[in-house]
Amino acid sequence: MHTTALTLIELGAILLFLGVLGRLAGRIGLSPIPLYLLGGLFFGQGGFLELDGVMEFSEVAGEIGVILLLLLLGLEYTAKELVTGMRQSWMAGIVDLVLNFTPGALVAVILGWGPVAALVMGGVTYISSSGIAAKVMSDLGRLGNRETPTVLAILVFEDLAMAVYLPVLTAVLAGLSFAGGLGTVGVSLLVVTLVLVVALRWGNAVSAVVDSKDREVFLLTLIGAALLVAGVASALQVSAAVGAFLLGIAISGATAENAARLLEPLRDLFAAIFFVVFGLNTDPASIPPVLGVALLLALVTTATKIATGWWAARRQGIGRLGRARAGTALVARGEFSIVIAGLAVASGSVIPEIAALATTYVLIMAVLGPVLARIAEPAMELLERFPRRGPRAVPVA
Amino acid sequence: MNVIETRLPGIGVRREIVTGSGRRVGIVAQRDGELDLIISKANDPDACVASIPLTPDEAATIGSLLGSRQLVAQLTEEHRDLPGVSTRQFYIDHGSPFDGRTLGDTRMRSRSGASLVAVLRSGQVQASPAPDFTLAGGDLLVVVGTSEGLDTAADILRNG
Repeated sequence: MHTTALTLIELGAILLFLGVLGRLAGRIGLSPIPLYLLGGLFFGQGGFLELDGVMEFSEVAGEIGVILLLLLLGLEYTAKELVTGMRQSWMAGIVDLVLNFTPGALVAVILGWGPVAALVMGGVTYISSSGIAAKVMSDLGRLGNRETPTVLAILVFEDLAMAVYLPVLTAVLAGLSFAGGLGTVGVSLLVVTLVLVVALRWGNAVSAVVDSKDREVFLLTLIGAALLVAGVASALQVSAAVGAFLLGIAISGATAENAARLLEPLRDLFAAIFFVVFGLNTDPASIPPVLGVALLLALVTTATKIATGWWAARRQGIGRLGRARAGTALVARGEFSIVIAGLAVASGSVIPEIAALATTYVLIMAVLGPVLARIAEPAMELLERFPRRGPRAVPVA
Repeated sequence: MNVIETRLPGIGVRREIVTGSGRRVGIVAQRDGELDLIISKANDPDACVASIPLTPDEAATIGSLLGSRQLVAQLTEEHRDLPGVSTRQFYIDHGSPFDGRTLGDTRMRSRSGASLVAVLRSGQVQASPAPDFTLAGGDLLVVVGTSEGLDTAADILRNG
């Protein structure tokens, strides 16, 4: 009885605190993710307040948060969008992967954290936050811009790359042998292809199975299906999150839109808990030692993301300002970097400093990304006006 | 007219045209139903000078306004050789006497001699609507007649 009361009080206090933080974030036009992480650091292990009563529930809730994050990501895209996006942007996608995976992986190797940690850190620095990027572009009124489809195509590629990366990561973290790892990768590639084909051909049938006019029935069917698929995927060592992502892709059309609308508040709740749990499990005292590395990594991967966007936009014949906008829109890292780091830390097969480094890195990037996206245009105009006094005329509004 | 359609994965669809002056003008239809009117910048054609969120009502009205001018101009041109006949457009306000009533209810032809040739709604043209056509607030009516007839028609539509 007492423990239940304690759990409720602690959970209530945390959520209330998150609400206040979210309001603050909204007021200053910031993504709430870094604030949630800070909230988690504030409480919990080594923080100002240790909360033990709430941990058991929060761990499961955090897991559900990851599943919902990926399910909604899958719902965002139709299989057709993924396939055409892949076809149009695979080159930019590969440039993105090489430029942004390498710095993270290199840092892990240089610090002597081993190859598994390199795989984790590469993922952390590779994946942009599609949530933050989409919000920034929409807030800044850039949906009509020519470079926007280029940026979105890269984000789509990254999300699809996650569907391959996460199973690989899960296999490696579980300490499977090389052959065993190859096996799960093979299985997951097969499943991804299968789901895409099913979604393209019989997407309506899948949607019809989960669809219902009754909101309650619809909600239960959706969550039930998502958790079941995630659980089975997890048991097959193919990563729970990817199972949910693929289910999201298989659901299409009006069903997907209704599902997204219905699940959004749940996702926000559980994902917030996930970020807090990640913060709770990270000892704030472990941050100062990795701060220097995190800053360096932030600097380098900001440059590599801008280079990626710049290059991809230039290939589409977009001007210098547009290229700068495309590059800076990609800079923000967020939810998925934390998902990757969370998987790694939970498995216990990497050194715990990874949590501190990933937290610090995401804290920097989630704040820096939107700021850079906002100042990209004035900064470019300033750059263009200053140096060359040549024949290259810059049109001035 | 060449409408360029671009899919924006996870967001919606963008449909735009490039005007003679080289500007892109279009609509971003977001999946949650929001419509944004976009107009490209003159000095940076990749970017937009404005991205204006529109409610379905507002979008429909703008569509009618843009479409009607062209239609009226065309009709005026066609009636140029018929002295005494002119074309005028009337807007049905929300809550006006014929909002939600049929065209037959107005008895416009018998009372004024003017004829309704088209109704513009949501940017779509309904040519030669039948008497059982139901009018609605926001509709733009294109009426042809003599100038006295058109004055009478205006009075009918305003006061019932």
